Amino acid sequence: MTATLLAEQILNGLQFGVMLFLMAAGLTLVFGVMGLINLAHGSLYMIGAFAAAAVAGATGSFLLALAAAMSAAAAAGALVERFVIRRLYDRDHLDQVLATFALILVFSEGTRWLFGSFPLHLDIPPALKGPVTLPGGIEYPRYRLALIAIGLAVAAGLGLLIARTRLGIRIRAGENDREMIAALGVDISTLYTVVFALGAALAGLAGALVGAIQSVQVGMGEPVLILAFVVIVIGGIGSIRGALVGALLVGLTDTLGGIFLPRFFGLFLDPSSAANVGASLASMAIYILMAVVLVWRPTGLYGARA
Amino acid sequence: MKLKTLLLSAAMTALVWAAPMGTALAETRVGMITTLSGGGAGLGIDVRDGFLLAIGQSGRDDIEVVIEDDQRKPDIAVQLADRMIQSDRVDVMTGIIFSNLAMAVVPSATAQGLFYLSPNAGPSALAGRGCHPNYFNVAWQNDNLHEAAGAHANGEGYENAFILAPNYPAGKDALTGFKRFFEGELAGELYTKLGQKDYAAEIAQIRASGADSVFFFLPGGMGISFLKQYADSGLDVPVIGPAFSFDQGILQAVGEAALGVVNTSQWNKDLDNPANAAFVESFEAAYGRLPSLYASQGFDTANLLLSALAKADPSDADAFRAALEEADFDSTRGDFAFGPNHHPIQDIYVRRVVKEGDVFTNEIIGVALEDHGDAYAADCAF
Repeated sequence: MTATLLAEQILNGLQFGVMLFLMAAGLTLVFGVMGLINLAHGSLYMIGAFAAAAVAGATGSFLLALAAAMSAAAAAGALVERFVIRRLYDRDHLDQVLATFALILVFSEGTRWLFGSFPLHLDIPPALKGPVTLPGGIEYPRYRLALIAIGLAVAAGLGLLIARTRLGIRIRAGENDREMIAALGVDISTLYTVVFALGAALAGLAGALVGAIQSVQVGMGEPVLILAFVVIVIGGIGSIRGALVGALLVGLTDTLGGIFLPRFFGLFLDPSSAANVGASLASMAIYILMAVVLVWRPTGLYGARA
Repeated sequence: MKLKTLLLSAAMTALVWAAPMGTALAETRVGMITTLSGGGAGLGIDVRDGFLLAIGQSGRDDIEVVIEDDQRKPDIAVQLADRMIQSDRVDVMTGIIFSNLAMAVVPSATAQGLFYLSPNAGPSALAGRGCHPNYFNVAWQNDNLHEAAGAHANGEGYENAFILAPNYPAGKDALTGFKRFFEGELAGELYTKLGQKDYAAEIAQIRASGADSVFFFLPGGMGISFLKQYADSGLDVPVIGPAFSFDQGILQAVGEAALGVVNTSQWNKDLDNPANAAFVESFEAAYGRLPSLYASQGFDTANLLLSALAKADPSDADAFRAALEEADFDSTRGDFAFGPNHHPIQDIYVRRVVKEGDVFTNEIIGVALEDHGDAYAADCAF
């Protein structure tokens, strides 16, 4: 184990973490402000990736593709909020889970209907291709560094939005007492639509950014959705700061666990079974982390409500 | 109310059972359970399209194909199989893509006397002790393409390979298959998560390991992600994989990152035999896209079925089985025969990814293994 390998893995963990944050931020806002469990959040991630692939294919511009991803996901989010989710605020969580699960199926088959069953191509912009040599001789893909920068910038922007703007004040007020801010004359239904669209746009952005180094295909959002739920449970539901810390913890645990656990078992097992046991345990690592955090703090790291 | 429904459904079932007895049923019914939605849909669609193309070309209208989508879920596949066997009363089943679904369906279907022709999945459990006289695999035994990759790595003079596959049964079969033939050392052996899409950590380990070659088995979206990230990492260690990460359906999504990569397959569209030339041309004409190896497997499965139906009826199980064993059809792969455990004996080729015009595809550059059977045939006793 060399220091460069360790440093590279930490960067990988950070990159994975900030992308998870983009997903988890929307999820935690929607749950915090509206009290809604939105399983269809992964579909918005997929919509972002498909919109980006379609626009990048037609125009060749990655920036336009990112803009398209965010607008398509935000538009889909706003429409879904207006026509489906709005009917669910007063229902219990089981109804919400059922309805948003149905939305996953609708979005998946709708996407297949529009784009076909085969994965789409979305490539890294030429300017960000290839590796760059960092201080210390670490060769690291330029695009992944850009992802870390974008993720941290979005986190900072979102923090400012929540802490410093009028919209942020309303969001925080909405988390604390929905009825009261409605009584104070805030148009609560517009606020809900805006928050939902904002979360959707972030999911769409994540889908487009990650789609360029992974595969753009139907059903790509659901595995990420599960991790995003783990993140918001660890971070504390409704807290943006919790989502960031939780996402980085999950990203680092997953990446470092995946490399260190097989090596750890390699100390006293033969290579084949060490790889086996290590890989199995590594895939459990984040859930063990979640369990430990919940025992220590039942409402998550930054959770206010029980 | 409940009792009434129960009675009604019992009556309906009786009707369905009684119906075929009254009519002279010269028809052969084929049940196809395959994956048509979700992540693995591209594979099932290709198998289905290849299969139906061959049935259509035969001009026989006495074959009815019942097609159902298993959604890649074993429980759904089992339900569909029960329904096809009990109410659709199919004679022959086919279509399953994924080994875990095949394991859930095939043993019980063959135990009930049905014939099963596998167009894709070839788990080792069904090739060795768990083999069955009514189970025929028309694609390959799961290990085959990986064994060929191991043999090819020897031929290239690689001595220090880094190997990785997802942590599930087919992934373990893959690495076992590669190691069975590879004679060099292993620079590293990794099991990744099934469905994993980010391989930065694995690529960093490959870089640090000093390997002179990389073998990977990452089907579908996992392979797309790996190849894109590998190409972007600046590593120039040569990569080998089985055809599953390089089929026609996903190459376009990988793009430039796959160019020049070597992979092993029992079929390619440039295989020089008349059956294959006719298949590629008619598939493109019918569906407007190039066929994948899955499409060729579906096409061969249907032609095997047609060749056996020309000689015997499935109701005469012994004669039908003997007709299947002859494999008397023009395979798109050229020479094709069944081994003692009803798995293929065939050549496995080495292909390279090339670009033809705007389309990424493969060309054959050599033969990895000739007349290759599988390692489990000796364990099979009918």
